[in-house]
Amino acid sequence: MTVVIDRATGKRRGDRAPRPGPLQRLKHSYQRYWYAYAMIAPVVVVLGVLVLYPLVRGIYLTFTDANSLNSARTIGVNHIDATYKFIGLDNYADILWGPTAYDRFWSHFIWTIVWTALCVLLHYAIGLGLALLLNQKLRGRTFYRLILVLPWAVPTFVTVFGWRFMLADGGVINSVLDTLHLPSPLWLEDSFWQRTAAIMVNTWCGVPFMMVSLLGGLQSIDGALYEAAEMDGANAWQRFRHVTLPGLRSVSSTVVLLGVIWTFNQFAIIFLLFGDTAPDAQILVTWAYYLGFGQQPRDYAQSAAYGVLLLSILIVFTSVYRRWLARNEQQLAI
Amino acid sequence: MSTTAVQSSAPADQVPVDTTPAGRGRRRGERGLAGSLTSHGILIVASLIALFPIAWLVYLSLGPDKDDYLHPEDILGKMTLDNYSFVLQHTPFFDWLWSTVVVSLGTTVIGVLVAATTGYAVSRMRFPGYKKFMWVLLVTQMFPVAVLMVPMYEILSELQLIDNYLGLILVYCSTAVPYCAWLLKGYFDTIPFEIDEAGRVDGLSPFGTFARLILPLAKPGLAVAAFYSFITAFGEVAFASTFMLSDTKYTFAVGLQSFVSEHDAQRNLMAATAVLVAIPVSAFFYLVQKNLVTGLTAGGTKG
Repeated sequence: MTVVIDRATGKRRGDRAPRPGPLQRLKHSYQRYWYAYAMIAPVVVVLGVLVLYPLVRGIYLTFTDANSLNSARTIGVNHIDATYKFIGLDNYADILWGPTAYDRFWSHFIWTIVWTALCVLLHYAIGLGLALLLNQKLRGRTFYRLILVLPWAVPTFVTVFGWRFMLADGGVINSVLDTLHLPSPLWLEDSFWQRTAAIMVNTWCGVPFMMVSLLGGLQSIDGALYEAAEMDGANAWQRFRHVTLPGLRSVSSTVVLLGVIWTFNQFAIIFLLFGDTAPDAQILVTWAYYLGFGQQPRDYAQSAAYGVLLLSILIVFTSVYRRWLARNEQQLAI
Repeated sequence: MSTTAVQSSAPADQVPVDTTPAGRGRRRGERGLAGSLTSHGILIVASLIALFPIAWLVYLSLGPDKDDYLHPEDILGKMTLDNYSFVLQHTPFFDWLWSTVVVSLGTTVIGVLVAATTGYAVSRMRFPGYKKFMWVLLVTQMFPVAVLMVPMYEILSELQLIDNYLGLILVYCSTAVPYCAWLLKGYFDTIPFEIDEAGRVDGLSPFGTFARLILPLAKPGLAVAAFYSFITAFGEVAFASTFMLSDTKYTFAVGLQSFVSEHDAQRNLMAATAVLVAIPVSAFFYLVQKNLVTGLTAGGTKG
């Protein structure tokens, strides 16, 4: 992905000489590449068994009406066989345009998009701002840096509970707001404030990664470029716009993609912050989990169908993103 | 203080040398007083925001009653470590520690062992299907938990691996293995190709080159990949909450939830447990954090 040139031979991939028959070709490629295939074999096997097989099975489940009442299960010593049946694309149709599809899918879909966009924007903007500040010659900069990565260093499931104490009704945040005579919203009960709280906590958790990556990017920009720009009379904003931002492009495109994937899939924060109590603040991932495992009877088929839809959304996004980067002659680090 | 002392004791002819840079006008990266005050101000506020929730958690963990988080000012008068001793003596803390360590270490070992040769192969060799393979590795990393959870649950039930460490390890490996392969590729890319060529010239097979020359050089990279898979498995919530049923087999991520989901919410114990969990992990994180980012975005920073 990053380099398409075979470093062993210096040849470009793609311009191979015309080959004889397929059998010959297979033999040739086996002779030439067998060690490469042998080396990737362990991962291929593991992925086949642990990812591909469950994936295929999951996709099959989405074409059935499986739930916890008709799936195979063992109660005591009695084994009950699965009785779910094939119902074709009904699950997808039901999710996308069945009755109350808006409440069940589209409202969560819109919220997921808003959530992802806002969070990544905040992560990036705050991360870049802090990285720029830390990139100056400043007394105590290492110290600031160490404190600022703290939200990343402590496991998320720990910090979310800290936030839950703070956001609780009567918790420290509302007490402070009260003393300042500001309105104290019900962070963990009211649906708008639940969403705000979720974005807040996720921003807090996600900024350090962006900050550290962008700081690495900033430090790799050649200082001579700034001097040259200064010679040409560029002011601070112009230097930022025409030297810093282009210099950060490759790091930025990578961390933004990672940020989008991670935020879109962010399960722990919303799940631990609200549990089952916030139907409106559930993004698609946590909602799919709720359908499959948070309610009775568990709706396996729909949950799996949500999963497949989510994965498709991400794959489409990533492909478009990479095309778009390629058109702008950028490469992804990953 | 110290600077004035140095200057007063220094020979007179050295003073101008010390002050020349200041007299030459500002250089890049140096700000005026107002600018640097603003920078410090913003950074201090940001540091406080970063620090506060964690400091607060530590503070609350010192309060002996479960509703103390509503009256934080009372804690000052009755600070105690009772919560900690209670957690260590009367809760399944050590069971959880054991489960967490078994699951995380298992994932790490399998992840790194399986992924090492692959990381090397995709870093050095361009074989037919290379691009597709890399695409598969990328796609498996963006699997939402919802995709694999239902089928995994079914499969593991059939194999009687629900509520079993091995089951959870296998589930985690589905993400850890491709993840490690990516990270290791990034690290192998930084090792000069000339080393491989030297090995080939000396008659080593690709496997020999990998095992005898590259692997010893890649120890830091292996460590980072190991740490990353450890931390990911350590902090995973969704699968652990669903697949681990008996409370002695909970990982920390599940065990912490059990403090509030029971009939009474023992928030003080929860805070103490959270602190106990966070300290070693965070300490370790600080040791390796610089390498973490380099591993993830190595290609990016190289341009």
